Amino acid sequence: MAKKVLEKIPGITPRPVEGHKPAAAVLRGVVDAVYGDAWDAKQRGELVGWSSSKFPIELAKAFDLQVVYPENHAATTAAKKDGLRLCNTAEDMGYDNDICGYARISLAFAAGEPTDARKMPQPDFVLCCNNICNMMTKWYENIARIHNIPMIMIDFPFQNTKDVSEEKIDYMVGQFEHAIHQLEELTGKKFDEEKFNAACDVANRTAAAWLKACSYMAYKPSPLSGFDLFNHMADIVAARCDVRAAEGFELLAEEFEQSVREGTSTWEYPEEHRILFEGIPCWPALRPLFEPLKNAGVNVTAVVYAPAFGFQYDGIREMAAAYSKAPCSVCIEDGVEWRETMAKENGISGALVNYNRSCKPWSGAMPEIERRWKEDLDIPVVHFDGDQADERNFSEEQYKTRVQGLVEIMDERKEAREAAGEEVYTNFDNTKPTDWSKPTI
Amino acid sequence: MSQSVYTMGIDIGSTATKGVILKDGSEIVGKIVIDVGAGTSGPKRAVEGILEQAGLAREDIQYVMATGYGRNALEIADFQMSELSCHARGAYFLFPHVHTIIDIGGQDAKALKIGDGGVLDNFVMNDKCAAGTGRFLDVIAHVLEVDVSELEELDAKSQNDVAISSTCTVFAESEVISQLAQGTKIEDIVKGIHSAIASRVGSLAKRVGIQDDVIMTGGVALNQGMVRALEANIGHSIHTSELCQLNGALGAALFGYQKYQNKAKKEARQAK
Repeated sequence: MAKKVLEKIPGITPRPVEGHKPAAAVLRGVVDAVYGDAWDAKQRGELVGWSSSKFPIELAKAFDLQVVYPENHAATTAAKKDGLRLCNTAEDMGYDNDICGYARISLAFAAGEPTDARKMPQPDFVLCCNNICNMMTKWYENIARIHNIPMIMIDFPFQNTKDVSEEKIDYMVGQFEHAIHQLEELTGKKFDEEKFNAACDVANRTAAAWLKACSYMAYKPSPLSGFDLFNHMADIVAARCDVRAAEGFELLAEEFEQSVREGTSTWEYPEEHRILFEGIPCWPALRPLFEPLKNAGVNVTAVVYAPAFGFQYDGIREMAAAYSKAPCSVCIEDGVEWRETMAKENGISGALVNYNRSCKPWSGAMPEIERRWKEDLDIPVVHFDGDQADERNFSEEQYKTRVQGLVEIMDERKEAREAAGEEVYTNFDNTKPTDWSKPTI
Repeated sequence: MSQSVYTMGIDIGSTATKGVILKDGSEIVGKIVIDVGAGTSGPKRAVEGILEQAGLAREDIQYVMATGYGRNALEIADFQMSELSCHARGAYFLFPHVHTIIDIGGQDAKALKIGDGGVLDNFVMNDKCAAGTGRFLDVIAHVLEVDVSELEELDAKSQNDVAISSTCTVFAESEVISQLAQGTKIEDIVKGIHSAIASRVGSLAKRVGIQDDVIMTGGVALNQGMVRALEANIGHSIHTSELCQLNGALGAALFGYQKYQNKAKKEARQAK
């Protein structure tokens, strides 16, 4: 039996912007440079830190500190198929296999288990915060204990209301001040406000460019696939305060703009359907995740994970508010609004959800968020068992059946809507744009 | 006189292969259940057996549609579809008022929401776990030293409810062994097992939104003890058919007929 496999549409490969390397290559280079800078600092005998992905890194940049990112390191290790080995090592050390795969990979690596997936220097201090997930605290405490190094911790209380209250901001700003004192003690330097402000300016510029690049998914057909954004996320995580990342994202946005003008796309297949993909991808299973979608012409044009890292702010209080919000640590109302607005902006007709076994906070809210999508957007929503880093929690065959079921429902609905002359995709005409940037206080 | 159109649906599950041959999209002229599934001789035996039964050759069949876990491996199939759409189509053929389908298969359980006209609207499937599947019943029947087909009769005899707290196959097995050691009657254990599965599968159905008519498909639907437990859990009556195990294959054969009709219409348009 001939299996249906969609062929690439010839002649729509995007070209780089005149006089530049492809933005994807530039952005890959930026992440490599961040890790390279950390190695250089280490060789010079300077302190190198490990930071959680949404730590207010502007504070550390005021001290010229080089940091690298265990989450990004774990994702790369998992994508390069070395995650399971490190997960097993962590389990041999006594960590339960129910805990986050990123944490297990990172703890094994911190304890000395080598990996060639990405070279990362061992830490002299750790920067931790719990806005992404509460288990980060224990994860980083254990790294600090393994290496007997200082841990600078900022506690962001779970954001269970839409607005961040002034009292919470006071609480977080107080912790920023304490972190500054700790960093002063660690480095023997005084806090440099000018450098801090410069880092904030770059962070805002990077975020603006990233959000602009993400916004191109709204075009029909889209000049990109949401899966591209997953690959570029390393930069918004690891190089937010690095002007090279800002320039890379500006180039990426320019490239997408050019693609729109020229009718090209990194998604080089017919766009039969457009969907929202919820959750972190299964890094060790990117191909099995992507292939069934590709073969059915399903482009991912909405992902909450990517743009949520593109927040902007004005001043330290807004910065505190912005850092208190992440895809899995906002209240249900914000979580639904972020995703539904994006779904309407970007035109989707279905959703695929990764019940990520490594990420309990994220998956815990999903049944209710899914229910709202079905009710508010009238779309089919299908979920599968997955994991961002531990390949044992993903079944390719089970995933295929779910994707096929989703496609069959979308096929039926598309046919009926086209016959009735109706819009196939959730339309954004009557909604306001997603306000990723403005932290409500 | 126009010639009859035959379409075949083959549902290759994890534990059984089912086949249906339809004549003109309405009359079942062959049906078969082989008790082994994907990766075994089951699919081949099902195709050969059903053709023999209907007195037809492969060339007489306009479309062979494969579905189920092993759908991609059936060489002679013209097309393949997910068992989700096939169960929806099959159930709609048997019960035109269907709005919810609960299907307990060998290795998965699913609840389907069906729109008007038998269109698949949404679905929820169990996660990577044998709890609440046919496999769970196989394991427990083995421990109880009875055949799966006897579970219905045993359930009917039960006078006392025994709570089996675990839906994990492995833990439930040890719980059952412990009950046996305590001298609990087998029929009460069977009823407890049915309730445990009903609790698990009922949750799936509630998540997809239960609306009448509720239909149960898959081989487990032959067990009325299980059906009664599920009815009690979801608070809706459940319809079953003697063809429930063949429902996916029936749906696949119906899709095959739809393919034939679409092709015929296209050819007629081109001929004009």
